Amino acid sequence: MPSSGTPAGGVVRVTLPAALTEFTGGRAVVEIPGAPASVGDILAGLGAAHPGVRDRLVTERGDLRPHVNIFVDGENIRFLGGLNAPVRDGAEVVVLPAVSGG
Amino acid sequence: MASGNGTSGGGTLLLGTTKGAFLARARGGDGAGDGGGAGDGGWDLDGPHFPGEEVYAMAYDDRAGRSRLWAAPHNPFWGTTLRFSDDFGATWSGKAERSVKFPEDSGLSLKRIWQIQPGSAREPEVIRLGVEPACLFISRDAGERWEAVDGLLNHPHRERWHAGAGGLCLHTLITDGEPGGRATIAISAGGAYRSDDGGATWAARNNGVRADFLPDKHPEFGQCVHKIVHHPSNPARLFLQNHWGLYRSDDWGDSWTDIANGVPSDFGFAMAMHPGDADTVYIVPLESDGFRCTPEAKLRVYRTRDGGASWEALTEGLPQRNAYETVLRDALATLAPGQVFFGTRSGKVYASRDDGTSWRLVCEGLPPVVCVKACAPRKA
Repeated sequence: MPSSGTPAGGVVRVTLPAALTEFTGGRAVVEIPGAPASVGDILAGLGAAHPGVRDRLVTERGDLRPHVNIFVDGENIRFLGGLNAPVRDGAEVVVLPAVSGG
Repeated sequence: MASGNGTSGGGTLLLGTTKGAFLARARGGDGAGDGGGAGDGGWDLDGPHFPGEEVYAMAYDDRAGRSRLWAAPHNPFWGTTLRFSDDFGATWSGKAERSVKFPEDSGLSLKRIWQIQPGSAREPEVIRLGVEPACLFISRDAGERWEAVDGLLNHPHRERWHAGAGGLCLHTLITDGEPGGRATIAISAGGAYRSDDGGATWAARNNGVRADFLPDKHPEFGQCVHKIVHHPSNPARLFLQNHWGLYRSDDWGDSWTDIANGVPSDFGFAMAMHPGDADTVYIVPLESDGFRCTPEAKLRVYRTRDGGASWEALTEGLPQRNAYETVLRDALATLAPGQVFFGTRSGKVYASRDDGTSWRLVCEGLPPVVCVKACAPRKA
C-alpha cells in the first residue's frame, strides 16, 4: 500500500458533513488522489489539500476523534481496521459525526 | 404510576440527577380522587439521596401491597448499585443486597441502569431493568434476583450497535402487560426491537425511522431512538422521538410514519404519554444534535391531542426569553389525571396540573436533572 508521499493514480471521493465544509470552500464532496491507500493516507491527502480539516478528524496523537465516524463504501472503518483500513480506487469515503446519546 | 384509591393525597416526584436523587412532595393536596396533590401549596424537597452519584433511573412499585421506591445510583468510583426503600427514602437497602451482574462469560460489565420498570398488575412480581451496555434484565421475584435476558444478551446485532456520548444504553421498554407477551425496547444506538414471545427473541422494528448519522439513512437497525411511548388502551400505537425524527406506528412498530407536523424541530429526547388519553403526547423539542437547547431560547413543551396530526406549543408559566434549556429522555413524566412534570439540565423542575396548559416551578438549583418519575404513594 503506498504511503501518502507516493500517491497512486486512483481518486477517492470524500463526503464531509456541513460542519467541516468551511475547510473546503463550501464543498461537501472533495476528490483526493492516491488510491489505493489506507484511510490514514487519504486523511493526510485531505489535510494537505484542505488545511485544518484533518485536525478536526484526528487528535494530535493521530487517533480518530471518538465521536467521528468514517465509512468506506458504506462500512464503518472500525470494522475494517480503523485508520489502516484499505481504500480502493474509486471508493466512497463518508465522514459523519457519531450519534451522541444523552 | 399509582393513582386513585389508597393514595395519600400527596403527589411525589422522584428526581434523579447527576449528583444524587431528590424527592419532591406536594404540600397539601386537592382532595381525594385527583391522584395526588398538584403542588399548589408548594413542594417540600428531600435529598440528596446518594450524594455525588448519578441517578438515571428511579421507580415506584405499589403492586401486591408494596410501597417501594427503587433507585439505581452510579458511583463514578465504585460502580452501579440497585437500591430500594420501603419507607419512602428514610432508609435504603444496602449496596450488596440486590446485585445486577452480566454473566461472566458474556464479556460485558454493568455500567449504568437507565430504566427500572415494574411489570403490569398481571405480573406483580416482575421488574425489568434497561441497562448499559444495552441489555434487559428481569426479576421474577420482585427484585430479589436478576438475570440478563438471553435473547438480547446474545443478539446477533449486538456487535453492530454503537454508543454515543451517552453510552450504549437500553433506556426504554414498553409491554402489552401480558405475562409472556409482546414488548418493544429502544437502544441508543441500535434502534427499536420487538419481541412477540415474552423476550425469547427480538426483531428490529425500524422501518421508516431515519438514521441521519449513517451513510444508509434507513438501515434495518442502528437508529438512535431516544424514547417510545404508548397508551395501554391502544397498545399497538407507538409514538417515537428519534435522534432527528418524530414518528407514530399503528402496528406495534412494523412501520413508522413521520408526525413532525408543526414542531420547531424534530430533534429531542423526552416524550411522555398522557395517562388517560391515548391521543395526547408531550415532547420538548431541541434545536439540533449540535445545539441541544430549546429552539429560539424558549422553553416550550409541545402537545398533540390528535395522535400527532398537529402539535401546539405550551408556554404559560415557562420562560420565553434566554431559556437555553435541555430536557433529557427520562425527565418528562405524567400522572393521572392531568399532571405533567419535567426537569432540565439546568436543575429546574416544572409541574402542570392542567394537561400542560400552564406550568409552575417546583424547584430550581438542583444538579442536572436526568430522571423525573411521578407517583401518588400508597397510604402507610
